[in-house]
Amino acid sequence: MLPLLVQLPPMENDWISFDVPSLMQNFWSATFDGLTFGAIYALVALGYTLVYGVLNLINFAHSEVFIVGCYAVFFTLSGLGFGPSAPRLDFWSIVLNLVLALVVAMVASALTAFVLERVAYRPLRKRNAPRLVFLITAIGASFTIQYLIYLWRGPSPELAVTMFRPTPIFDVFGTIVDSQQLVIIIAAVIMMVGTERFIRKSRTGRGIRAVAQDPDTATLMGVNKERIIITTFLIGGVLAGAAALFYVMKIPSGVQYSGGFVLGIKAFAAAVLGGIGNVRGALLGGLLLGLIGNYGQILLGNSQWTDVVAFVILVLVLLLRPQGILGTSLGRSKA
Amino acid sequence: MSMTDGPTPLPEAAAAQAAADREAVTAGPGSSVTPEKRGRPGVFGAWGERWNALSRQQQWAFLIVVVILAYMLPLINPPIITTEPGNNFALACFDMARFALIAVGLNVVVGYAGLLDLGYVAFFAVGSYCAAMLTSPDSPFLHIPYLWTIPIAMTVTMFFGVVLGVPTLRLRGDYLAIVTLGFGEIVRILATIIPAMKGQVGFQNVGHPPGTEADGTPIFSNSNGVPWYWLTLSIIIVITLLVGNLERSRVGRAWIAIREDEDAAEIMGVPTFKYKVWAFAIGAAIGGLSGALFAGQVGFVNNQKFDVTTSILFLAAVVLGGAGNKVGAILGGALVSYIPLRFTAVAEYKYLIFGIALVLIMIFRSQGLLPARQRLLAYGRTAYQRVTQKDSTGPSSAGTPPAAGPGQDQNREKGVQA
Repeated sequence: MLPLLVQLPPMENDWISFDVPSLMQNFWSATFDGLTFGAIYALVALGYTLVYGVLNLINFAHSEVFIVGCYAVFFTLSGLGFGPSAPRLDFWSIVLNLVLALVVAMVASALTAFVLERVAYRPLRKRNAPRLVFLITAIGASFTIQYLIYLWRGPSPELAVTMFRPTPIFDVFGTIVDSQQLVIIIAAVIMMVGTERFIRKSRTGRGIRAVAQDPDTATLMGVNKERIIITTFLIGGVLAGAAALFYVMKIPSGVQYSGGFVLGIKAFAAAVLGGIGNVRGALLGGLLLGLIGNYGQILLGNSQWTDVVAFVILVLVLLLRPQGILGTSLGRSKA
Repeated sequence: MSMTDGPTPLPEAAAAQAAADREAVTAGPGSSVTPEKRGRPGVFGAWGERWNALSRQQQWAFLIVVVILAYMLPLINPPIITTEPGNNFALACFDMARFALIAVGLNVVVGYAGLLDLGYVAFFAVGSYCAAMLTSPDSPFLHIPYLWTIPIAMTVTMFFGVVLGVPTLRLRGDYLAIVTLGFGEIVRILATIIPAMKGQVGFQNVGHPPGTEADGTPIFSNSNGVPWYWLTLSIIIVITLLVGNLERSRVGRAWIAIREDEDAAEIMGVPTFKYKVWAFAIGAAIGGLSGALFAGQVGFVNNQKFDVTTSILFLAAVVLGGAGNKVGAILGGALVSYIPLRFTAVAEYKYLIFGIALVLIMIFRSQGLLPARQRLLAYGRTAYQRVTQKDSTGPSSAGTPPAAGPGQDQNREKGVQA
């Protein structure tokens, strides 16, 4: 893709090195992997974006909503007898297991989001507390959930649970796309589109947009604001639950008490990149961030660079285009 | 805690903030300005009233006693308070002082300017690495005496503060929170993956201030907490005085105006962006300072010591003590460090405890233990006395022209209050 750079040898430097040939070699596999991660980021980013759109609040505890979903997936699957090595199952029992895990994760995450809203945010909203109070409460709640999990499950990651071995489906430019990547990307995009349609077309969705635009006027027009807020948290929770399932599929041994934290920051960066408060922006931002992070990781030769790259992108977006790529808010999106 | 004359024009008013510090009376929204009619005084409110009734000399005498007691603390080693046998009390004192210093720094950002910094540990880490990389024999860089690394660490962290602050502070405060949160994690990751920063291996034998005992052992050794505690305590006093002066100056009034209502402040001609960057940079510098002290005391720096979770502990310290109140920050910092050291049985649960504490404080008592005063920042004492003498005249007498601007915040809610 970049003919000029190909001729350069990998630069040897003290602390950072650019491995361009490796990126060229793995470009397409990095792309598909990046899109898979991007789909997961996008689902979590939607939770941030929706709550931000409606309440103007960064829900720091959303990363914990996600990690609770991960644990739900883990317990469901290990309860069903899955372990580190994938069993041989026929197609329909795989689907059945997946759907079961998905439902459990969605319920667990949505429940967490619900409790969070009721216990932490609602008392503050009733009192009309300043923004800083909301933020501190959010981070405190996130911290609390994280350490409850820590005290319960300990610091080490859970055993891996694998549902099925990814089978190659087709290949693009000599790179194999496997069934797992395909399932994750397609399912995530369907969910995102579904959410978008729901917010655009349904009665509740109209309520969400109304509250995002102007809570007081919406209330005067007969919108039940509290119900809308709870619904928003629930939608965010459900999507985070779905993201949790895909995350466990992608990284089977990634279930850890602190696992939500970094993913949460990346998902938020994705939401900001696409334009916070914008549902389509979350999808775009998530996919872009997944791609850039994966390219960066291969280019720089260490998986931890993904986080650094995501962070640098967040700062750059804030510096250059703080409204994000698509930039419209939830309330203003057309009906 | 301020004990010097600040650069305020009225000499008698200048040093009055110590009085006002303890005033600690919260006004409910829209409550009257007169002290008699102020809202719930809180547990410490009564103390505040009594403190203000004292004469200047009495306040000084009391403060000097408190400071001397603070210096003597590790030597007295009071029986119930002591953290022994679980933890060496002198080292515990140093740890408390370290947290208190961090809380004072974070208080500038969160308490005064109302900006939420969730990655404060990153500045602390940058300060530690500055001290370590410039003194440790493990580092290939230039080696300089330890004490010189302190101003260098402060400058470097200030630079990082500006670099982070400039893109984010133009926007709403929420972005700052998430960017700092990310920064906290990134510094730790960079320390892991950049070879020059040595990851988990870290830097041994970080330098310490000069001076040896008669038998040749260094005074500032890793195991002896007392000199380190004294050094840190002295720094806390100096920093508190400086921060107190800033608070009473134009800068401090700008911060509080920004915290209360950024749009209104902007319209009134406060260059909000400039002052936000200043608050952030000053907070960062104090974080770097405490990081350098920590590196010197422990003598070993690696990437394992700077979790983002520690940042939340720092935030808990400020919020617990009372955001916007210097004394509260010191108290909160000391408590957050002290509780796990004293009650070792709960040490394992400290993150959970302080996480829950954050939520509960915000819901039920968002002003913290020592609430920030709703007060006149300039000419504080004079105005206060006038108000108490002729309380019938109410706000108009308090609103002497120079005090009128900040006086407005009396009727308004403080940033972290509900």
